[in-house]
Amino acid sequence: MTLFDFSNYGELLALVQNSIVAAAILGIVGGLIGVFVMQRDMAFAVHGISELSFAGAAGALLIGANVVAGSIVGSLIAAGIIGLLGARARDRNSIIGVLMPFGLGLGILFLALYPGRSGNKFGLLTGQIISVDIPQLGLLIGISILVLVVLMIVWRPLMFDSLDAEVAAARGVPSRTLSFVFMLLLGLTVAVSVQIIGALLVLALLVTPAASALRVSSSPVLVPLLSMLFGFVAAVGGILLAIGGSLPISPYITTISFAIYLVCRIVGATRGSARRRVELVS
Amino acid sequence: MSDSSSERAVLSIRGGALAFGSKTLWRDLELSLARGEFLAVLGANGSGKTSLVRSILGQQRLDAGSIDFEGTPVHRGDRRIGYIPQQKIVPDGTPLRGRDLVTLGVNGHRFGLPLASAKTRAQVDALLESVGASSYANQPIGTLSGGEQQRLRVGQSLAGDPTLLLCDEPLMSLDLAHQRAVSELIDTRRREHGTSVVFVTHDVNPVLGMVDRILYLAGGQFTIGIPDEVLRSDVLSGLYGTPVDVIRSRGRVIVAGVPQGDHHHHDEEIE
Repeated sequence: MTLFDFSNYGELLALVQNSIVAAAILGIVGGLIGVFVMQRDMAFAVHGISELSFAGAAGALLIGANVVAGSIVGSLIAAGIIGLLGARARDRNSIIGVLMPFGLGLGILFLALYPGRSGNKFGLLTGQIISVDIPQLGLLIGISILVLVVLMIVWRPLMFDSLDAEVAAARGVPSRTLSFVFMLLLGLTVAVSVQIIGALLVLALLVTPAASALRVSSSPVLVPLLSMLFGFVAAVGGILLAIGGSLPISPYITTISFAIYLVCRIVGATRGSARRRVELVS
Repeated sequence: MSDSSSERAVLSIRGGALAFGSKTLWRDLELSLARGEFLAVLGANGSGKTSLVRSILGQQRLDAGSIDFEGTPVHRGDRRIGYIPQQKIVPDGTPLRGRDLVTLGVNGHRFGLPLASAKTRAQVDALLESVGASSYANQPIGTLSGGEQQRLRVGQSLAGDPTLLLCDEPLMSLDLAHQRAVSELIDTRRREHGTSVVFVTHDVNPVLGMVDRILYLAGGQFTIGIPDEVLRSDVLSGLYGTPVDVIRSRGRVIVAGVPQGDHHHHDEEIE
């Protein structure tokens, strides 16, 4: 088995053009929403939502419905439950802990009952972007753009609310509405990610880029920009490498994402110790 | 009542009552806060101090009575009320620097991207300067000490040029030097701009020299007056309905013997 074969690369590239566009936009959206995920301490929630999203997609596959729509339904139900019942971090984690295995189990049940090809089955868990058809890709791109636009509108008050909900509320920020909107956006983003990278690996696009950016900066402008760049590079880079190889896309995306994180950690640590040295001297 | 705005009460509570279930926090609360007045709100945990703050912020409806701020009923998000919360730990993953905390006070309630205009930046610089936080304005909030964070929060609260500062335990978990520094910032603002202050605290000592009046909440009742009228064994014993000792020692006030039933530790009241 050869890992890479770039002989028909140009033709392949044309075939997966739409997948690349979808991955690029998801990388950007995931990078941006990841900054808020980190700030609101919701990485675990992302994972929980993605498992129910997987169950929704598997259910849709079983009954012959639109898989993306099923994924969105599962996501939004999970996001709604977590948003409603898990206002406090401790409640939230226990609710997610309960939901997650249930969602995963439900999804596996649906897949076990599904008589179709097995490639589709594992695609939902580990990524299947290449096998998503054009109309569905359009849907994914549309949802991603919607999330991006709404995030840009609520950015500042959401940042305020994430930092200090009490003060933000005192200032007139509609805290509850914002939390609800955020969960909705997160649910949609997760549903799209499940289609592209798979339910088990969603965190690689929704958390790792933001976590990497936070290692090297704490500017409220630079962190989201870097995070979006990292998400973009991981998602697009993953597809570009995957079409030249014989492996699925997801490991490429997760590996690039992780490599970026490692580099950022090293850069951050080097800078940190340099700063400490300067402080000691001065 | 005089209509001249300089004499009109900044904050007035008439017949205020609030209860949760069968537990009355306070009722028949009458309070009129003058311009530039410093009111300390004391009382055991669960006596309704924080609920009073929430009521003034328009986040909590009273069961009876009314609260007026600058002559009109209070409402959510009034820019003329500056709110200073207690210090809290900012998680590592917070992409904000000191100046961003203050900037949020200026424009955090507005929709859009977190980009500041030149005018906003100049205003933030002035606020940072006024609370002595310029030197660490560009450091991540997570790396700042509690005292430095509280200076920034005072700066943030002043962004709307408030006529009332509402402080909810702003000195909590600060060391003595920072307690002094932060309370002096608040007092300076009051003296220079005539900003009224409502200062909720479990320990009156750091602000004892600044306080005009004390509102003391306990057991569903309250008493209000100048410190010497309120911080007395007979007054607080009457309020708690059990013997309580107010001890004055080296300029500090300690209240001893507060009943445990108030979910409250012994002696911690004002100490």
